[in-house]
Amino acid sequence: MFDALSERFDGIFSRLRSRGKLSEADIDAVAREIRLALLEADVNVKVVKALIARLKERANGAEVQKSLSPAQQVIKIVHEELITTLGGTSGKLTMSPKPPTVVMMCGLQGAGKTTAAAKLARQLKSQGLQVLLVAADLARPAAVEQLRVLGSRVDVPVWSVPEDGPQDAVEVARTALDEAARLGRNVVIVDTAGRLQIDTELMLELKQVRDVVNPTNTLLVVDAMTGQEAVNVATAFDEAVGLDGVVLTKIDGDARGGAALSVKEVVGKPILFVGTGEKLEDFEPFHPDRMASRILGMGDVLTLIEKAEANFDADVAQRAQESLSKGQFTLEDFLEQMRQVRKMGPIGNIMKMLPGMPKEMKNAEVDEGEINRIEAIICSMTAAERRDPTLINGSRRVRIAKGSGTSTSEVNALLKQFKQVQQMMKALTGGGKRPKLRGLAGMDLSQLQGGN
Amino acid sequence: MEPLLLVLIVALVVVLGVGGLLLARRSRPGVEEDLRPTPPTAPVDTLAPETAPDVALEPEAPPVEPEPERVKPRLRDRLGKTRDAFTGVFSGIASRGKIDDETWDDLEEALILADVGVPTTTKVIDAVRARVGAEKVSDPERVVELLREELVALLTGSDRALGRAESGPSVWMFVGVNGVGKTTSIAKLAQREVDAGHRVVLAAADTFRAAAAEQLATWAARTGSEIVRGQDGADPGSIVFDAMSAAATRGADVVLVDTAGRLHNKVNLMEELKKLRRIVERTDGALREVLLVVDASTGQNGLAQARQFAETVDISGVVLTKLDGTAKGGIVLAIQSELGIPVKVVGVGETADDLIEFDPEEFVAALF
Ligand SMILES: Nc1nc2c(ncn2[C@@H]2O[C@H](COP(=O)(O)OP(=O)(O)O)[C@@H](O)[C@H]2O)c(=O)[nH]1
Ligand SMILES: [Mg+2]
Repeated sequence: MFDALSERFDGIFSRLRSRGKLSEADIDAVAREIRLALLEADVNVKVVKALIARLKERANGAEVQKSLSPAQQVIKIVHEELITTLGGTSGKLTMSPKPPTVVMMCGLQGAGKTTAAAKLARQLKSQGLQVLLVAADLARPAAVEQLRVLGSRVDVPVWSVPEDGPQDAVEVARTALDEAARLGRNVVIVDTAGRLQIDTELMLELKQVRDVVNPTNTLLVVDAMTGQEAVNVATAFDEAVGLDGVVLTKIDGDARGGAALSVKEVVGKPILFVGTGEKLEDFEPFHPDRMASRILGMGDVLTLIEKAEANFDADVAQRAQESLSKGQFTLEDFLEQMRQVRKMGPIGNIMKMLPGMPKEMKNAEVDEGEINRIEAIICSMTAAERRDPTLINGSRRVRIAKGSGTSTSEVNALLKQFKQVQQMMKALTGGGKRPKLRGLAGMDLSQLQGGN
Repeated sequence: MEPLLLVLIVALVVVLGVGGLLLARRSRPGVEEDLRPTPPTAPVDTLAPETAPDVALEPEAPPVEPEPERVKPRLRDRLGKTRDAFTGVFSGIASRGKIDDETWDDLEEALILADVGVPTTTKVIDAVRARVGAEKVSDPERVVELLREELVALLTGSDRALGRAESGPSVWMFVGVNGVGKTTSIAKLAQREVDAGHRVVLAAADTFRAAAAEQLATWAARTGSEIVRGQDGADPGSIVFDAMSAAATRGADVVLVDTAGRLHNKVNLMEELKKLRRIVERTDGALREVLLVVDASTGQNGLAQARQFAETVDISGVVLTKLDGTAKGGIVLAIQSELGIPVKVVGVGETADDLIEFDPEEFVAALF
């Protein structure tokens, strides 16, 4: 799992393999590479310095474990250090003993506050809470309207003032609390206007809003694509209004997300949630370990394992194991496994998590409709055909295409691809012997691309 | 055998198989038409019948708020209030009196802190080192000057004028990731065009984000532009198409096309954008600019954005926004250096007047 980064260090370390302990010189040699990796991931220069210092302290004189190469071991130490830094509890707001619990969202322009507010509202609502959204962004044109639309999509009321009346964010916030009491709401989420941390006037307004709503949770919303500036933003907002947590948005992009580390390091408050897409359900608790892997450029294997654990049906797994140990993996199995995988979430998201995935696949936006077509093709085959695809001749192809509403060339493509999947299964499981996960990373994935 | 491991392997292979199949399909020209023009999210909307968008051409409205007095901003003024604190690096360099390793480290750090990124920083610093050697420089302050010169040199020589058609409306399309300031930048350019006596049509082709058309409509009214919009979830292609014909009949000079924000790694959404570009090209209007809007606080991902958008829709320039903050926008140096795509205009605030020309000298002076 440390493959991606460790390759860079293997050269440095190959001459050190025989030694028993990591020496200071060894660590210095690798520290520069780690520094680069962190800078490429947008971790703030100053934060990188602090991290490297801590790393050197921890790594100095550490025993080299037999199972790891020295490079892997240093990376493991870095990885652990990052997890510790990013860590803390996540995914939970502080609930006020005296409702309503007030959540105030703040941050730069365009960070994703409004969307995050609606996502949070949706999530809390699904936990049985009564939520009120408050539209206190009166600066950006149509921001209020945006929140109204999102509010109606998640079926949560939105408190706002009419556009032709006075536009005073502090007043909106004040009256929101009365409205919450009137509607018997136990959570109030306040969306505020985006502002630069150096805009003294707007920062003053934010403080005034905070003073009238007295938030239980003041959340800073940070775009995962933010660069070095993240520390300045976090520091200034924390000083001005006192942060309780962070929401990291747009992590469905391919930014490495070093900003998360920078922000966590300077404000020391937990990163609570991450935004993982444009849909309102794309909102998840933050996982320090995954973020650490991502910043270091490692695949998100942990998430995958977790999802598999949560969603896989033991019987189906058992059946797959049986077919594999018999050395046969049929289209029936393929279909069943595909359905299993889909339970873990959209296939596109899963592709992104796999280590060693070709870039084209990682970045592919998968239309679930296309996968439905694949399912439809297999479903239009007879049991015998699924067991033995060689039976499928020209006329059967036409029948299957017709039955599934696809074309014969699509059927052909699927059969061809399936053949490769079969071969791969064989290679990986070694005909039923212990499979090697490590082998996957080194596997030639190109054979599976463009099976046309 | 550990069952979880097995399950994972099977899952992996299946996913790879499905992924490969999808890619294979996608690369076939015939299947490309399968890509739906509507955004793949917001399931409520996808079932809506493909009716023509309810297009309303709103007449040139008088500005709602008579703006008091309009002062044209300058980068220096905008930056003045905050930049003083950032001279630390160089007073440090100058005070040591000689050029040593620390000098180079400090310079490198200053550039990295400005989000220039490691590769471009290294390239520029190496160039300065070479000159320091060749010119036998010993004064550290001179090193700083040389660095500025190198950076300015990297940025000069580009044509920053926005392209115009010989006759008929010129079309400028705005693209970028979510929240960078596309819509606001359109408002700013609309203002500038209207001030110059040009007729402006705004095409509200972001039909995805809630109230995006509302936002653009407000700007249309404020700047005295016309807007062509459809309903939320309408096909952006038909809005662009209608905007083009409206522009032709109205004799508009420029059409500014607002598009939905999209992360560059979402293949379907990027394909949709490519399609939109093709639609513009098929009409009478002349596509003269495809502008990538980049937020100054963007880190190294900005380069990946530029690369992908360039590949998909062939961007002609960058609009750098939010330079009124403390973020330096150094990523545009990397974009210029690696991809040769220049910054064309700069956003320095939230009103329609907050637009300035990109001046390499000024920009570099503000970097550190
Ligand atoms: N301070 C500042 N804010 C800006 C600038 N350009 C845009 N914004 C703000 O950034 C936010 C997102 O802008 P918007 O145009 O809606 O982004 P879009 O999603 O890319 O269309 C809004 O709050 C804008 O007011 C700028 O140059 N400076
Ligand atoms: Mg917009």
